[in-house]
Amino acid sequence: MPKAFINKGNFLILVLFFGLFAGVPAQAGSSDLASSSSDDAHEQEQSGQQGLDIGEVILGHVVDHYSWHIATIGSTHISIPLPVMLYSHERGFFFFWSSHFDHGHSSYKRFKVAEEGPNKGSIVEMDAQGKVMEQRPLDFSITKNVAAVFFSILLMLYLFIHIAHMYRERGNRPPKGIQSLLEPVILFIRDDVAKKSVGESDYEKFTPFLLTIFFFILINNLLGLIPIFPAGANVTGNISVTMALALFTFIVTLVSGKREYWQEIFNPPAVPWWLKIPIPLVPVIEFVGIFIKPFVLMVRLFANISAGHIVMLGFLSLIFIFGNMNTYAGYGISVLSVLFTVFLTFLEILVAFIQAYVFTILSAIYIGMARAHE
Amino acid sequence: MVYFAQIGAALGAGIAALAAAWGIGKIGSSAMESIARQPEAAGDVRSNMIVSAALIEGVCFFAIVVCFLVLFV
Repeated sequence: MPKAFINKGNFLILVLFFGLFAGVPAQAGSSDLASSSSDDAHEQEQSGQQGLDIGEVILGHVVDHYSWHIATIGSTHISIPLPVMLYSHERGFFFFWSSHFDHGHSSYKRFKVAEEGPNKGSIVEMDAQGKVMEQRPLDFSITKNVAAVFFSILLMLYLFIHIAHMYRERGNRPPKGIQSLLEPVILFIRDDVAKKSVGESDYEKFTPFLLTIFFFILINNLLGLIPIFPAGANVTGNISVTMALALFTFIVTLVSGKREYWQEIFNPPAVPWWLKIPIPLVPVIEFVGIFIKPFVLMVRLFANISAGHIVMLGFLSLIFIFGNMNTYAGYGISVLSVLFTVFLTFLEILVAFIQAYVFTILSAIYIGMARAHE
Repeated sequence: MVYFAQIGAALGAGIAALAAAWGIGKIGSSAMESIARQPEAAGDVRSNMIVSAALIEGVCFFAIVVCFLVLFV
């Protein structure tokens, strides 16, 4: 039963993911891509305006990539190549830099970044005749999001090891510098989230976990709002990352669940007996609820952060939509568009805090539910 | 046929947004009232408000997922 349900969950995730990719009609963003898809008359008809497709551009900024693109000046792309690690089922392991793909426009060692189809954006393998193979190679590449996760982990390690040292050195003297920025937040998570929701008796065991997910989500949300390298990757708006975070909460909840928790799920007290044995309605609902809780955690963070990024990029794209019609309209709308984007950025800073808080407090409540009846 | 599915998904997303906005609005208004009556309980009220808003949002996300399923499956 659990395995089957997890498969169903995976299927839903796949559908969501595929939905996001398929939602925007495959049109061409840059001129050289336009030539490759120009044989499809229907697509041409849809794009209408000379090769400018805002949907594709916005999506390109939100999804993951094999190289870290920084800027394009004229026709030269400035981007940081990232290591690609592949395991081909026929030819074994491959390690090379993503710069060999030439921003997805050329193939290397019979691998290339797919430009269309269900694997759009991922590396696919070609056979000796140059035909794309059905089976994808196993992909362990350090993509943009993975690199951004590494960066945020380094940042967190530096910050927290640094303030831990300061506490050790300074003892009970008042906090100083970065210490005084983070101390109220840490105390807030410990006292208002962990102590209240997990329970007075054993909140200390779960505080490190709650603090870690809170600061990981918060720092990645905030880094995602800074458009310059090394920030700017949409880490918490990637459903794989939020799925990993939700899985941690799921596993911690299951492992720390006490006898009473499982009893309330499979043999709930104060429920009529015929709702347990002939028609096990309540146990089934409770059992499905175990999986729905982390699933909603995952979708909530992903949807909030992605939607924020998409709306911000949409407002900025207004400049190019209007500029495509008339240069002066572009200049005119840019004032409004930049103002709106600045406003939305401030709103997103608020959302970054709220989503990190909601994820943490819901995790704490789920853990507290599993630990109840002390 | 495809257009009917798209209209249905768009209407579904719109109704889900309406319902979620109504629910979260009710939570917000009653939280404001209770904070005004008992300002010393503001912290408790706020955290409970955020949790209930998050639960309503969860149901709304399910509706959106169903809309995605209508569109693409």
